[in-house]
Amino acid sequence: MFEAFLSKFVYVLTSSINNGMPVLFGATGEILTEKSGHLNLGIPGVMAVGGISGVIAAFFYGQVPEMNPFLTIIIPMLACLIGSLVMGLIYCFLTVTLRANQNVTGLALTTFGIGIGNFFGASIIKITHVDIPSVRIDATSKLFKSTLPFASKLGWFGEIFLSYRFLVYLGLIIAFIASFILFKTRIGLHLRAVGENPATADAAGINVNKYKYFATCIGSMIAGLGGFFYCIDKNGWSNDTIEPLGWIAIALVIFAIWKPHMAVVGAILFGLLLNLYDLIPALGLNIKFPQGYDKLFKMIPYIVTIIVLIITSARKKREYQPPSHLGLSYFREDR
Amino acid sequence: MTGEKTKKIRDPLFHIIKRGSIVWWKSALIRVSAVLIALIVVAIITLLITGQNPFEMYKAMVDGAIGNELRIWNLLQDTALLLVVGLALTLSFKMRFWNIGGQGQIIMGAVAATACMKFLPGKVPDFALYLIMIASALIAGGLWALIPGIFKAFLNTNETLFTLMMNYIALNFAAFLTFRWSKNSGNNVIGIINRKSHAGWFPEIGGSGFVGRNFLLNILIVFVIMLIVFVYLKYSKHGYEISVVGESEKTARYIGINVKKVIIRTVVISGAICGLAGLILVSGVHHTLTTDIEGGRGFTAIIVSWMAHFNPLYMALTSFLIVFLEKGAIQVASSPALNLDDNFANIVTGIIILFIIGCEFFINYKIVFRKRKGGVS
Amino acid sequence: MEQIPALELKNITKTFGSIVANKDVSLCAEKGEILAILGENGSGKTTLMNMISGIYYPDAGQIFINGKEVVITSPKDAFDNGIGMIHQHFKLVDVLTAAENIVLGLKGRFNLKSAVKEVSSIAKKYGFEIDPMKKIYEMSVSEKQTVEIIKVLYRNANILILDEPTAVLTPQETSKLFDVLRRMKDEGKTIIIITHKLHEVLSLSDRVAVLRKGEYICTIQTSEADESILTEAMVGKKVSLNIERVQPKDPVDRLIVKDLQCLNREGVPVLQDVSFSAKAGEILGIAGIAGSGQRELLEAIAGLQHISSGNITYIDPKTDKQENLRDKTPVQIRQLGVRLSFVPEDRLGMGLVGNMDIVDNMMLRSYGKGKSVFLKRKEPRDLANEIISSLEVVTPSASTPVRRLSGGNVQKVLVGREIASTPTVLMAAYPVRGLDINSSYMIYSLLNQQKANGVAVIFVGEDLDVLVELCDRIMVIGSGRIAGIVDGRKATKEQIGLLMTKNFKEPAEDDRTEDTN
Repeated sequence: MFEAFLSKFVYVLTSSINNGMPVLFGATGEILTEKSGHLNLGIPGVMAVGGISGVIAAFFYGQVPEMNPFLTIIIPMLACLIGSLVMGLIYCFLTVTLRANQNVTGLALTTFGIGIGNFFGASIIKITHVDIPSVRIDATSKLFKSTLPFASKLGWFGEIFLSYRFLVYLGLIIAFIASFILFKTRIGLHLRAVGENPATADAAGINVNKYKYFATCIGSMIAGLGGFFYCIDKNGWSNDTIEPLGWIAIALVIFAIWKPHMAVVGAILFGLLLNLYDLIPALGLNIKFPQGYDKLFKMIPYIVTIIVLIITSARKKREYQPPSHLGLSYFREDR
Repeated sequence: MTGEKTKKIRDPLFHIIKRGSIVWWKSALIRVSAVLIALIVVAIITLLITGQNPFEMYKAMVDGAIGNELRIWNLLQDTALLLVVGLALTLSFKMRFWNIGGQGQIIMGAVAATACMKFLPGKVPDFALYLIMIASALIAGGLWALIPGIFKAFLNTNETLFTLMMNYIALNFAAFLTFRWSKNSGNNVIGIINRKSHAGWFPEIGGSGFVGRNFLLNILIVFVIMLIVFVYLKYSKHGYEISVVGESEKTARYIGINVKKVIIRTVVISGAICGLAGLILVSGVHHTLTTDIEGGRGFTAIIVSWMAHFNPLYMALTSFLIVFLEKGAIQVASSPALNLDDNFANIVTGIIILFIIGCEFFINYKIVFRKRKGGVS
Repeated sequence: MEQIPALELKNITKTFGSIVANKDVSLCAEKGEILAILGENGSGKTTLMNMISGIYYPDAGQIFINGKEVVITSPKDAFDNGIGMIHQHFKLVDVLTAAENIVLGLKGRFNLKSAVKEVSSIAKKYGFEIDPMKKIYEMSVSEKQTVEIIKVLYRNANILILDEPTAVLTPQETSKLFDVLRRMKDEGKTIIIITHKLHEVLSLSDRVAVLRKGEYICTIQTSEADESILTEAMVGKKVSLNIERVQPKDPVDRLIVKDLQCLNREGVPVLQDVSFSAKAGEILGIAGIAGSGQRELLEAIAGLQHISSGNITYIDPKTDKQENLRDKTPVQIRQLGVRLSFVPEDRLGMGLVGNMDIVDNMMLRSYGKGKSVFLKRKEPRDLANEIISSLEVVTPSASTPVRRLSGGNVQKVLVGREIASTPTVLMAAYPVRGLDINSSYMIYSLLNQQKANGVAVIFVGEDLDVLVELCDRIMVIGSGRIAGIVDGRKATKEQIGLLMTKNFKEPAEDDRTEDTN
């Protein structure tokens, strides 16, 4: 009896962690960005570009007859980081240097990024005249998906803690490091000051724009990894599937009240909620929903986020509010 | 002595100041140059990807947008469809309420219209069907905006994030319904509703020889909405209140405006017009409900509205520009010579929009280069 | 040779556009002394100090620290030279703790624990009370000020500049602060304190430097000074402005304020026991140091400020009917038929909408009239044109956004609109602030016209010369209480100056202890 429960629990937990991981990357990146006072609604686009950059690199390296495992891992990841960095830079240049409206810029970037993802996802073969029927990166993703060989031998402990691919650990580590940097280091302190009150930070001798650039660009790179993680999961690119994840990532930022370590918990929860419908049998619940109700289940993460948003705004506790300068551009001479 | 001192001060090469105002031709020049530079960048990118002659590409683009009569009508209709959403959102934006939930509000309007089209014919007379459809689309869109509006007014809940979340609830709700209402259960396609009776369809205008018969009414409706929104914002007391609340809540209180009431009222109207856009999409264009019926207009319209500086009449122009580019780019992408994916259009418009966003900086700010000071201080 | 001064300013000049904020100011502060900078509002004290702390850069002049010339272009430069300023508006990040704010912007190894320790030891050394782990938004104003002071000390500042530090403090907090400042002085620090409260100058400082209208007047040894010497130095000789003033005719009570009390958001009274009457056909001046409750008083009358106790009674000129305006909204007040006009201090943020044109700004109060859903722009347009021509507003047209007009023209538009509604009570807060001479005189004559029309005019001013020439009666307000009401024709500037700086502390202290008991 207990065994059966345990195995169900382990299954639900591990699949929730895997499902929540792209969202965790996105949310961690967006938290860093938002902490600098910039609401980057381009995250879905950034994740798409990060994903497709990795896929393209993996695809090309996958044509090499003998793949070096190290390069197979490192090349797509580098491509992903570079692709998402470029997106981050575009956003930064427009909103920090040119002080453009953040919402408008972010949305345009999302349109642009999704366009790039979908376009190259479909046309990479056409453009390069490679004689291959479809963009699959099976070999690469197999390598990315490999886990510790002995994990399965360690019973439920191994299942819960050691059964994941390394990108999962990377995502968790990044989230915890981000939390550490934000709340325990001078850099984090300065970054939070920039997002809360750039004029004060400026007066204290902090280079406001430098912090904004670094936070937003690093944030974009982390978010881009989320897109890549998702593509690995699907063995390639699939159109229009990353955008919803991007919005969920933004939702998770609110849910996590701008704390990356809280985002870890939230990501597992959202991973569960995102696939709740599919997990119902695994949960041992004998409820039969008519067909189509899976769509209604997909609303749950957003509804939960709205409830969190309302509660935090009603409680008015300062720690739970968005950075106070979020969405506003800083111009020193506007006093 | 003093000469040494001034040297020590790091005089920046230039500094940025806010412009008080700018003459119209200068701002127009800046915008036009931005679009031109963007087109050059697009040309270079196309060249890199495809090796095609960029001039051929632009020719194809123009051809794609206005190459024949049908394309022109399509272009005008899509302009109208984008414009109506832009008009709706502008009402909120004027009040500094960042309604990025246009997508959800359109979808809810479309859902309401579809429900009426599907279930009411035969039960109510035709004209009543139209009235019920209009009313339900307005209410559905308005309601979807009312929820974040109430929380904004009373708890100051962040409306950007709230309306964003509402989009996906609506989207999944529509996905659920398209599944439940689909003909062959499980394929997620509702198919054309009332294909024979045309119940709930907007009527055609003009004879069967007229290419624009299916488009004209949609365009006219939006044109009327544009005039109404223009007049509402500029000449009505409500519009005036919206401006005052948007510019300064302090002033609004000073003259005794009920700020909460204005917020809620305006946001509901904004959502209702989005709902109406949903109705047009269902009754006037697609005659069915799909999950992507909204076509990204909720987001693109934000850019359109912002680019037009929230002026309803300019918005017709900015909508036209965006749609023209999109249509042209789609045509380019699908031309036999290139045979690219449709999404190429999104890249092209994305680049151009990013340039237009960037050029606003040069309209709002001025870069002043430090004049070299003479030796005598 | 004398001792080298810790800080010396030579011929400092700073202008903002056409306004000269500081002209050729030279002064010095010694090591281990408390120097008070005394002057009225707008005398250029804060501007001068901002140049030392790196907020502004002087147009001309030199700054010497310990005899060495320095260039200060940013707050960081100031810190590097051992100068720290505690501004009136605190520069703190709300959601961070005191310790985090204190170390903000510093370089080097980050160790919050040792920072907390050091903060505590600084606090102990000088006798501050502070919880380094407390968040700023949970702090009282005085705690925030303590954080600012420690922030400066933490950076090893030897010269501390405090801008009106007592304006926001209770009497007990003030005396505690003074103890701390004296201890710092004993440690050899140089303290510069900007103030216009004479009793504070006399009780705290070693020397007083007086500024007036941007110019340096003199430096006096505090031991040789008394209130009248300082007042005279501060307000200067009487300048005749030749503002016309007629006898009020038939001054009957129009507005009676009784025992008014208002609290701010923290629950601290900003107005206490305020009782007075405004009479028809006279100008009632309100004098006082900025921030003594003038704004709250006018807003309370206009229905914009919550009143915790007391009454505001309006007496209708035609029917003699009495209306209590307490807790009424501006709209309700208007609906009662009370014609109350209000020219607020914040012209573009409150009285007008900067991005709207003159015509639309004319409608602000009247747009709601009538049943129609549409605006009627004809009347406001006529009014706008009339105001433009009669008040000589310099503008390209009536459809120019008001934010593009100069300060004086903005004010003409605002006052013109408020007068156009033929008020029975007209309140104007600092209506000539920032205006050139001609515009100022036009405003005075407009107020006089209203007075002649039988309007009860309430004029909040800062220039004592103007107050004593324009007003029939002058009510002096200090720390939210009425310090006295004097006859405008008999009062002298010195008399008003003394009332302005009257020390309310003792009675206030008594009140407080009674309350807590």
